[in-house]
Amino acid sequence: MKTSALLIRTPEGIVFAQELAGPIARFLAWLVDQACIIASTQVLGVALRAVGLLSPSLAQTFFILTYFILSLGYGMACEWWWRGQTLGKRVLRLRVMDAEGLRLHFPQIVIRNLLRAVDVLPVAYFLGGVVCWCSAKGQRLGDIAANTIVVRHPKIIEPDLGQLLAGKYNSLRLHPHLAARLRQRVSPGEASVALQAIFRRDEFEPLARVELFAELAQHFRAKVDFPAEVCAGITDEQYMRNVVDVVYRQQAQPPIMRH
Amino acid sequence: MIIDLQRFLQTERPYWTELESFLNQLEAEPNLVLSLERLRHFHHLYERTAADLAKITTFSSEPETRRYLENLVARAYGEIHETRVKARRFSPLQWFLKDLPRTFRRHLGAFGLSLGITLAGCAFGTLALALDPASKQVLMPFAGLQGDPTKRVAEEEKMKQDRLEGHRPDFSAGLMTHNTRVSIFTMALGMTWGVGTIFMLFYNGVLLGAVAFDYIRAGQTTFLLGWLLPHGVVEIPSILIAGQAGLVLARALIGWGRQIPLTARLREISHDLVTLIFGVAVLLVWAGFVESFLSQYHEPVVPYSAKIAFGLVELSLLTLFLAKSGTKATPATDGPPA
Repeated sequence: MKTSALLIRTPEGIVFAQELAGPIARFLAWLVDQACIIASTQVLGVALRAVGLLSPSLAQTFFILTYFILSLGYGMACEWWWRGQTLGKRVLRLRVMDAEGLRLHFPQIVIRNLLRAVDVLPVAYFLGGVVCWCSAKGQRLGDIAANTIVVRHPKIIEPDLGQLLAGKYNSLRLHPHLAARLRQRVSPGEASVALQAIFRRDEFEPLARVELFAELAQHFRAKVDFPAEVCAGITDEQYMRNVVDVVYRQQAQPPIMRH
Repeated sequence: MIIDLQRFLQTERPYWTELESFLNQLEAEPNLVLSLERLRHFHHLYERTAADLAKITTFSSEPETRRYLENLVARAYGEIHETRVKARRFSPLQWFLKDLPRTFRRHLGAFGLSLGITLAGCAFGTLALALDPASKQVLMPFAGLQGDPTKRVAEEEKMKQDRLEGHRPDFSAGLMTHNTRVSIFTMALGMTWGVGTIFMLFYNGVLLGAVAFDYIRAGQTTFLLGWLLPHGVVEIPSILIAGQAGLVLARALIGWGRQIPLTARLREISHDLVTLIFGVAVLLVWAGFVESFLSQYHEPVVPYSAKIAFGLVELSLLTLFLAKSGTKATPATDGPPA
């Protein structure tokens, strides 16, 4: 079955996930790499013009050999020196890894790069793309032969909670032990949904907004039973803002009492 | 279960940092050997970090820390559970004189098959041209081979000017790179369960058989041998070795009679494939030089007898090299390759 993440379970029972890169991201990385190779070739061509004045044949020889080494060796050299990354993969935040989470070996890098000769068929990595699309681990033929995968390391941006919640009184923080329990019981997925709802609240129709926050508040109230006075007089949306504040903000802001 | 996240992070972070520096060191120095005590400490750090990851995974607000720990655990897992031997310091001479011929011999069956397919292609090319001379255009779709061999030989032998004058190096570089690309392609086609590799080998055989028959039929056997032997005795075995690599890959993919999983079968041959294809590249560099600097010159510039003798010496040396080089066991230094 095709999944977007590869779960690796260690003998100690720890499971860690590697987000698999899709064919489009990989194709874009390849385009960046091709641009690098073409740019290097152009620079080389200019540099060899001087050599060409002395011996055109020698300049041509250098050009043929260097282009050959560059086009074949670029991927191998970069992935070896940068532990599974080329310039394109760095830009797209992709990395080549061993399919079983083990150390990436040089023969694996060589094989996956040499087998581009087949993946590229009939044009523009069509075969490799189709195989990658169908493969459970998102592998092209070169990856299958080398037993490698390409994973994505997206940059996680800390949510800007300062603007959203700063200076607001949060009644849930009056009960730190219950706030701590709430943090434990909320799953990453639930926390993300709550945060997105708060961030995008102005995009909803008024009625949908009320319904959404009512549903969310009901769900989160069931997780930890805060005393009634804590929730009294606040709307469902305010309650959810307080929940997000508790879950995401590590250091409690000193509550500001309203006069 | 984490009650106080801040305290948890504060307490555990030094262990993560230490593990990270351990990993950086191990990755930067592949030949580094840790003492038993340091190894134990490394393992302890790995287990502790893995346990921390298990704790923090349930913590919704710490995606950065979770990813950081996942990365650390993944890297440490790779170091600890890796059973393949680490790459020893690479010695080009040892690789060429020992690893390459040993690898070649280890997969002699695949080379035999590669040779057999090419010979079958040769037989087909010969027969096809013998039975249907008009098929020459189809069998040899190259302008240089379309004409009458006798005329070509006469022209080559009459030629006063060196047509490669001033272009030998780039002609040679062009041959090397082209043939290496063809070899890589032949090997890579092993991923089609060997069908593509077999096709390439057979097609090369057809071409070779047809050209040989064309020249022999025209009574130009000496010219043919003088022209092809100097570079062909290295170039043709190179393509055969590339085919051998492709067939090795195909066999691992199909897994005849093997009870181990596909990934393990592919892991087993990965080093051999790389050795074979790099060996092919080295041989083709030599073949490119010879083709450009010797094969293209005919009598009266270079006597055919000298060219044929040169080709035969090369063939003998190559055979001797592949059959005998690295046969002497040196167990202390020759561990399995990484």
